Amino acid sequence: MIKETAAALGAKIAAGEITSVQATQAHLDRISEVDGRVHAFLHVDPEGALRAAAAIDARIANGEQLGPLAGVPIAVKDVIATKGMPTTAGSKILEGWRPPYDATLTTRLREAGLVILGKTNMDEFAMGSSTEYSAYGPTYNPWDLTRIPGGSGGGSAAALAAYEAPLSIGTDTGGSIRQPGAVTGTVGAKPTYGGTSRYGLIAFSSSLDTPGPCARTVEDTALLHSVIAGHDPMDSTSIPQPVPDVVGAARRGAAGDLSGVRIGLVREFTGEGAEPGVMSVFRDAVESLTKLGAEIVEISCPHFLYALPAYYLIAPSECSSNLARFDGVRFGLRVGDDGSRSLEEVMSVTREAGFGPEVKRRIIVGTYALSSGYYDAYYGQAQKVRTLITRDFTAAFEQVDVIVSPTTPFVAFPLGSRTSDPYQMYLADLYTIPTNLYGGPAISVPCGLSEGLPVGLQIMAPTMADDRMYRVGAAVESVVGTLTPPAL
Amino acid sequence: MAAISRDEVAHLARLARLAVTEQELDLFAGQLDSILQAVARVGEVVADDIPPTSHSVPLVNVLRDDVEAPCLTPAEALAGAPDPFEGRFRVPQILAEEE
Repeated sequence: MIKETAAALGAKIAAGEITSVQATQAHLDRISEVDGRVHAFLHVDPEGALRAAAAIDARIANGEQLGPLAGVPIAVKDVIATKGMPTTAGSKILEGWRPPYDATLTTRLREAGLVILGKTNMDEFAMGSSTEYSAYGPTYNPWDLTRIPGGSGGGSAAALAAYEAPLSIGTDTGGSIRQPGAVTGTVGAKPTYGGTSRYGLIAFSSSLDTPGPCARTVEDTALLHSVIAGHDPMDSTSIPQPVPDVVGAARRGAAGDLSGVRIGLVREFTGEGAEPGVMSVFRDAVESLTKLGAEIVEISCPHFLYALPAYYLIAPSECSSNLARFDGVRFGLRVGDDGSRSLEEVMSVTREAGFGPEVKRRIIVGTYALSSGYYDAYYGQAQKVRTLITRDFTAAFEQVDVIVSPTTPFVAFPLGSRTSDPYQMYLADLYTIPTNLYGGPAISVPCGLSEGLPVGLQIMAPTMADDRMYRVGAAVESVVGTLTPPAL
Repeated sequence: MAAISRDEVAHLARLARLAVTEQELDLFAGQLDSILQAVARVGEVVADDIPPTSHSVPLVNVLRDDVEAPCLTPAEALAGAPDPFEGRFRVPQILAEEE
C-alpha cells in the first residue's frame, strides 16, 4: 500500500476498498521500520493521525462526498505551524514549542481530509541545501544513506523516497522544495509567490518564502497544490486570483503531447560548474521533449548569473530582521536568566545557544548588508539586480511558454563534503534561485540517473501560469516514469 | 583585500544580539569574508537607473475590514512563554537601579 500514489489511495478510500486508518497505519509502520536510518521525521504523531483517519472513515461511511485526497496521509515540514504539535523549524531555539494556532496551509490540509503523520526534518530555519544544518541531526538520502537528501526540505523529500508518506509539504525560498526533490528522485513544486499562503509559516525571507507540494508523481503534486493554493486574507501578499487548473494540466500533459509548446533553454546556463553526468541526463531530457512535439528555443537571460549573489544578500538581510523575534521573551528558549544578566545579555546568550552556525552566519551577513555605509552597495544593489532578473524572465516569456534547466548542478553529495565552505553549499541553488527572485512558479521532476543517483529537470513558468509547468512536467514523466530507489 | 575583519564581525554580532565565542569569531571571519567577496559581484551590474524590487507581488496597502474576529486568548498567547507571570511576559531587568 505504501507504494501507491496519493491519487490511487484517495480513490480506494473514497470507494470503501480500504480505510484511511489502514492507509495511515501502513505508513506509520513504514516510519517505524525505516526512519531510524532515514531520519526524515522530527516528530511523528501516531495517535493524532489515527484519530484524524478514523474521523474521515466515519464521514465516508456516513455517505459524505469528500475531496480526492481525503484520508490520505501527509508529512509536513517542521516550519509550518501545527496547533498542539511541536514546530521547531529545525532549531534548538524552538525546541518543545507547540503553536497555539494552525497555519492556513495546515487548516486547508485538515479541511481536505488529509491525515498529518508528523513533521519533517529541515535545515535550521530553512537555511541550507543538505539538511545538515538541522539542530536535530541530518536526514539521509534513501538512495544512498551516506549522501544528503537536499535541503532545506530534505525530510519532506526523503519521506517520499522512503515510502514513509505519499505526499509532503515543503517551503521554497531559494530551492528548498525543488533541489531535495531532484536529489531524491521525487517531484517538488514551488508555486507562484503569493499563490500559497505564508500565514503560520515561520518566516525566513518574507519576499521569497513559498510553501508548496511534494509527491512522487506530477499528478499527486498537482492534487496537493490545488488543496493548499488560493487567496488567504491572513496573508497580505496572497494573490486574490483563482488558482490555475494544475490538475487538469497534469492530466493533459500525461498524454505526452507537447505540440505547440515553446520551451526555452537559457544560454547563460552553460553547464559551467555542473557535473557532466547531470548535463548529459538534462540534454537527453530536452531531446525527449522535442520528440513529444515541443519546440526548443535558445533564450538569453543575461542577469541570471547574478541571481546567486543577489539572493545571498537579499535572503540574509530579510532573515536578520525576521529572526529578531527569537529573543527569549514570548516563546522558545531562554538561557542565562539567573538574575545576574540584563535583558540584552539574556537575549544575546539565548540566541547564541539557540541558533546554529549557518543561521548565525546569515544573520551577520544580513546585518552587514543592511548597515549604513554598506546598504547601497549590497542590499540596495541586490534589489536592483532583482528587477533586472525579473525583466529577463518577462522578455523570455514573450518568446517561450516555459524555461527548462537542470534543477541543481550536482547529484546528491556525500554528507560533510560541503559544510566547511558555505559558498560551495550555496552553489546547489544556482539554477533554482532566479525563479524565487522573479516570483514565478517552478517544478522539479525526475529525468534520469547519473552514477546511479537521481537528476531533476526544472521547469519554470510565468507568474500565475503554474498549470504550464505541470503540463510539461507530466509529459516528462510520461517518458521517464517514476524513479525507484534501491530497497532500504 | 579582506571585505570584513574579525573586529567587524564581532561588532555585527553585538548588533545582532549574538554572544559569539572567540572560536566562532575565528571561524566566521574567514567564511564571511569569502561569502562577501562572492556576493559583492552584484556590483558588476550597471544598474544606476534601475528601480529596486522589494517584492514580486504588485499589491499595496492590503487591509482587512475593521470587524471583530476570534483571536488567541491570553492563556494561549502565553502558553509558549519561557517565564509567564500574571498574564504577562516576565523579562530580566531592563533598567539599572539608579535609572
